[in-house]
Amino acid sequence: MAVAEIDPHTLDIDPAVTDIDPVEGRPRLVAGAPGFHGVTEAVARPVEWKPPRGWYVVLAISLAALGIFGVAIAWLFWEGVGIWGNNIPVGWGFPIVNFVFWVGIGHAGTLISAVLFLLRQRWRTSINRAAEAMTIFAVMCALVFPGIHVGRPWLAYWMLPLPNQMAMWPQFRSPLMWDVFAVSIYGTVSLLFWYLGLIPDLATLRDRAKTRIRRLAYGLFAIGWRGSHRQWMHYEKAYLLLAGLATPLVLSVHSVVSFDFATSQIPGWHTTIFPPYFVAGAIFSGVAMVVTLMVVCRVAFRLTHLITLLHFDRMAKLMLLTGTLVGYAYATEFFIAWYSGNPFERFAFINRALGPYAWSYWIMVTCNVVVPQLFWFKKLRTYIPVLFVASILINVGMWFERFVIVVTSLHRDFLPSAWGLYAPTTWDILTLIGSFGLFFTMFCLFVRFLPMVAISEVKGVLPEARVHE
Amino acid sequence: MSGERKLWGLLAEFTSPARLAEACRGVRDAGYSRWDAHTPFPVHGLEAAMGLRRSPVGWFVLGLGLAGAAGGMLLQWWTATTAYPLVISGKPLFSWPAFVPVMFECGVLGGAAGAVLGFLLLARLPQPFHPLFSSERFERFSDDRFFISIEAADPRFDRAATAELLDRLGAQHVEAVETGGAAAAAA
Repeated sequence: MAVAEIDPHTLDIDPAVTDIDPVEGRPRLVAGAPGFHGVTEAVARPVEWKPPRGWYVVLAISLAALGIFGVAIAWLFWEGVGIWGNNIPVGWGFPIVNFVFWVGIGHAGTLISAVLFLLRQRWRTSINRAAEAMTIFAVMCALVFPGIHVGRPWLAYWMLPLPNQMAMWPQFRSPLMWDVFAVSIYGTVSLLFWYLGLIPDLATLRDRAKTRIRRLAYGLFAIGWRGSHRQWMHYEKAYLLLAGLATPLVLSVHSVVSFDFATSQIPGWHTTIFPPYFVAGAIFSGVAMVVTLMVVCRVAFRLTHLITLLHFDRMAKLMLLTGTLVGYAYATEFFIAWYSGNPFERFAFINRALGPYAWSYWIMVTCNVVVPQLFWFKKLRTYIPVLFVASILINVGMWFERFVIVVTSLHRDFLPSAWGLYAPTTWDILTLIGSFGLFFTMFCLFVRFLPMVAISEVKGVLPEARVHE
Repeated sequence: MSGERKLWGLLAEFTSPARLAEACRGVRDAGYSRWDAHTPFPVHGLEAAMGLRRSPVGWFVLGLGLAGAAGGMLLQWWTATTAYPLVISGKPLFSWPAFVPVMFECGVLGGAAGAVLGFLLLARLPQPFHPLFSSERFERFSDDRFFISIEAADPRFDRAATAELLDRLGAQHVEAVETGGAAAAAA
């Protein structure tokens, strides 16, 4: 790896430093006492130095997958939705599964940034930037699917309340319409939140820039930030209020996504548990994605002292909590199916666990309920190989959760004469792979050109940043 | 650069947030009004040390948030009753409970826009050029140094006396920041 040439002094780590924060008396959030300058150096290095060879490999693979996405979408527009496996009775296939999967992943960024900020969980500072970026890219992937899912993107404006030649207006009593507003506003607010947090760090990169182009590019987006306390005061207030707004927003978005299902009458969808169950699942999958990405980035870009095992320990606890909540929701669904006495509801759930798609149901239960139970043990919460594999399995499980909800509920509803089976086509699978290409391409560019750790926030949690009256 | 060069103010450098806060109290007590502290991260407790009032960003959030929510409800009311009246499952045309989710989302959008716009307006950003950017040392404000700047436009400003005050307050380095006539007017 190309990082071997780095002078270890730039890390400024003193191995003699203890692990206890001298001011707070708790474990240090940043290992090795790098000092203010050390934090700047560590975070600016991936942006200013030649990236490691592995970065080019990952980018090349991601771009290839992005190309597949382009081809799959182009063929869809040319040929129509017939290239997909969607058909009656399963009219909602992979596109909706992928949409809900990506929106769900997009929830951890705001959770880590906003909810943990309001709860004064200061360990979030090392990971919030990357989690917010991940949120934005995941929402981008999600938004592709409603845009293409009818195969006629030139009609996408029908989703918006715009004056048009047909004199038609959207139907605001439909949860699908709420979804348009919830997801697009979530994307916009996440972007604002992310950009506001980036301004001071862009100024850092501007002030360190060695070339004119870098100075201009970072300077343009740093909008003349000069760290004045009169500016910081408004900045911090705006940040706090954005966090306060983003918190109910993030809860509302996946609730609204779940309304798409819950307000219909299909057995297996028509349940009141959906909003909290969807939100817990979304946070679960998003945190897992953050863990997957950070496990790799902290080593590849030498940020192990900023993103420490303490951070993974906390994120693993979050996964344990939300995974167990999701497991509880699965159990409640079965209980209510039995307790309600509704034969259609009962059948829907027995069919889920024992019917033709039982394999997907048990993949879901294994990955989402059994795997996170590993995190009861501190050794495993801080053992990187287990974290990496478990976080990927969790996202496999969460993808299958959406598959189970969409496909098993639709393929056998009320009348046996209307039953059928669903199978994805090659194009369905290529589109799913392609969406990962978009996500990872964006993330590769992000780690190369923007500071992946919030420099100013991490400096603020160093013990020397505290001022005593 | 064209235009005559003028003194914009003094820039004092400090090495730690504690020393900066100490010095801020000194500058505040000396009665200066057109001055500022520049730090790589928000140093907590500096508002009091500088004698600043609370930020009014919240009012922008409240105002635009309510406007967003009202606008969202208005849009749905007008769409459902005037632009495209459609009876859905026997409900009244203005079946407002169904419009609450979109109203809420629009309110959040308005509030978020209020937070960002309020911040930009109150912090007077974007401001691509500022006389402080001509100082080479000032580049480290975003890294690991802490600065106090006092403008020459301050009524109490006196080049020698102010420099001496900053020195006495523990500044590691004090320098004069100059600017061209035109740039000063723009800033």
